[in-house]
Amino acid sequence: MSDELFVVEDLTVTTSTGRGPVDVVKNVSFTVGRDETLGIVGESGSGKSMTALAVLGLLPRGARTSGSVRLDGTELLGRSDRELRPIRGNAISMVFQDPLSSLNPYYTVGLQIEEMYRTHRGGSRKAARQVVIEALEQVRIPDAGRRIDQYPHQFSGGMRQRVMIAMALCCSPSLLIADEPTTALDVTVQAQILELLAELQSTTGTGMIFITHDLAVISSIAQRVLVMRSGDPVEYGTAEQVFSDPQHDYTRMLLDAVPRIDDEVAS
Amino acid sequence: MTLLQVQGVVKEFSTPGALGRKSTFTAVDDVSFDVELGETLAVVGESGSGKSTTARIAARLLEPTRGTVIFDGVDVTRARGKELARFRNDVQVVFQDPFSSLNPRYTVERIITAPLSYQGIKPAEGYRAAAQELMERVGLNPDHCQRYPAQFSGGQAQRIGIARALAVNPKLVICDEAVSALDVSIQAQVLELLMRLQAESGFSYIFIAHDLAVVRQICHRVAVMNQGRIVELGTREQVFGDPQDDYTRTLLAAVPRINPEWDAKRRQRKVTL
Ligand SMILES: Nc1ncnc2c1ncn2[C@@H]1O[C@H](COP(=O)(O)OP(=O)(O)OP(=O)(O)O)[C@@H](O)[C@H]1O
Ligand SMILES: Nc1ncnc2c1ncn2[C@@H]1O[C@H](COP(=O)(O)OP(=O)(O)OP(=O)(O)O)[C@@H](O)[C@H]1O
Ligand SMILES: [Mg+2]
Ligand SMILES: [Mg+2]
Repeated sequence: MSDELFVVEDLTVTTSTGRGPVDVVKNVSFTVGRDETLGIVGESGSGKSMTALAVLGLLPRGARTSGSVRLDGTELLGRSDRELRPIRGNAISMVFQDPLSSLNPYYTVGLQIEEMYRTHRGGSRKAARQVVIEALEQVRIPDAGRRIDQYPHQFSGGMRQRVMIAMALCCSPSLLIADEPTTALDVTVQAQILELLAELQSTTGTGMIFITHDLAVISSIAQRVLVMRSGDPVEYGTAEQVFSDPQHDYTRMLLDAVPRIDDEVAS
Repeated sequence: MTLLQVQGVVKEFSTPGALGRKSTFTAVDDVSFDVELGETLAVVGESGSGKSTTARIAARLLEPTRGTVIFDGVDVTRARGKELARFRNDVQVVFQDPFSSLNPRYTVERIITAPLSYQGIKPAEGYRAAAQELMERVGLNPDHCQRYPAQFSGGQAQRIGIARALAVNPKLVICDEAVSALDVSIQAQVLELLMRLQAESGFSYIFIAHDLAVVRQICHRVAVMNQGRIVELGTREQVFGDPQDDYTRTLLAAVPRINPEWDAKRRQRKVTL
């Protein structure tokens, strides 16, 4: 399986709270191939974001990890912050679940994406600014040339999400980890963004981990699906397997609980 | 009875224009709607169309450039002092960005019971028990009441915001993408709680969401926004069953669905089991 882009084996994340250590991610394993999308779904609080943060070495202080996380055969787990910095935002980029707290309120949106880009790619500010405008246009930010000089609080919730996506895409990562990237987008903009990501994958071969509660979105974009509950990987298989023949009661329960737009509503 | 009237509300923001000149941007453009007592009005629409801005004006967290907000028969558009404090107690907001609306230095217990202590209400069973009961109702582990916001997941933080909004028996709760970070099963539990509180205590809700299936479950009427304006406002049956505006139709057509083939297979298997 050495041709897999990204391999996670037996990843365990242990946090310490006031009451001693807790395993918030327990023996999670999965692979993501080039041009492939893995969907992670599951209970709120089941360890989805922790899994993503562990990959990038961004866990909260005091958290410990074990297992193996490899990108193109190179082990990432246990690396120092200094070793991981050139990888973050470059080979692996991440769209964080809470955009407002991952953007700096004191800098314009343009400057933040520009810095990210220039850190990894260099070049002049002027050239970077053009890249940023194009990146914002790509994620359907209207009037990007003017918006670029605005601060995060001047954007709507969904626009901030799109800023995060633009930032994650600007260095053409090998692996994109997107944690609930479209929760604040209306369904038409969401469809455009999903299309953009698919297009990007097919041209650059980017592998993607897509974390979401929206099972309909997962069914349309993911080839493989991992279902998590209280830190445990309860089900892992191809999207078709998981959606058409779920093996675990929790997966079945989730699929039954999906609100459907076409169903009759009791009133 | 009409609880909230929003009349002709306009919000302009000044933005950097070309050559350093300031220009204004109209985020909310002549928006009017009512919310009846015990009613749920959903607001859906384009990302950036002015939903959160409208919500913040309705909650008096932001002053409109023009227009009026009337609550319980009183014009609160320019309310100050005592009048504003009373209004603030009656109207609670669950914010779109959960973490940034929770003070990172306070424990969850303190955050959830803040509206109580702000109003000088001492719960008979004590603050801790009150917080723990609210946590349980939104599916959070009550043993975690001494934790700080950063120690919770996105969906858990969202539920902290919901618990806080429900602490003081408000008349109107404005939910801005309040259930978007919850898995479908916990989401169903929270929606049920909101509907039960409405039946029991007559809460009204303004429910902003992008998930149209959820909206269809919970609302009585829907307002559809696009580019700062309400392009359609009607009962749930009207808007979902017989949409009049083009944008509404586009929106309804774009709702993602689980791969129908896989879904049918699964349902078939379930029946034969
Ligand atoms: N800093 C922390 N210290 C201790 N425990 C934490 C910390 N941050 C999160 N947790 C706990 O770890 C568990 C997993 O959290 P995680 O954020 O990975 O969940 P999630 O699956 O992403 O959930 P959601 O869908 O709600 O975002 C949760 O129970 C959470 O309470
Ligand atoms: N403080 C501000 N200064 C300047 N512009 C702002 C400010 N707040 C909001 N805006 C702009 O007003 C418009 C409406 O924003 P709002 O947050 O109300 O949208 P929304 O409908 O809630 O969108 P979303 O679904 O993405 O959350 C956006 O174009 C936004 O950039
Ligand atoms: Mg999460
Ligand atoms: Mg909003």
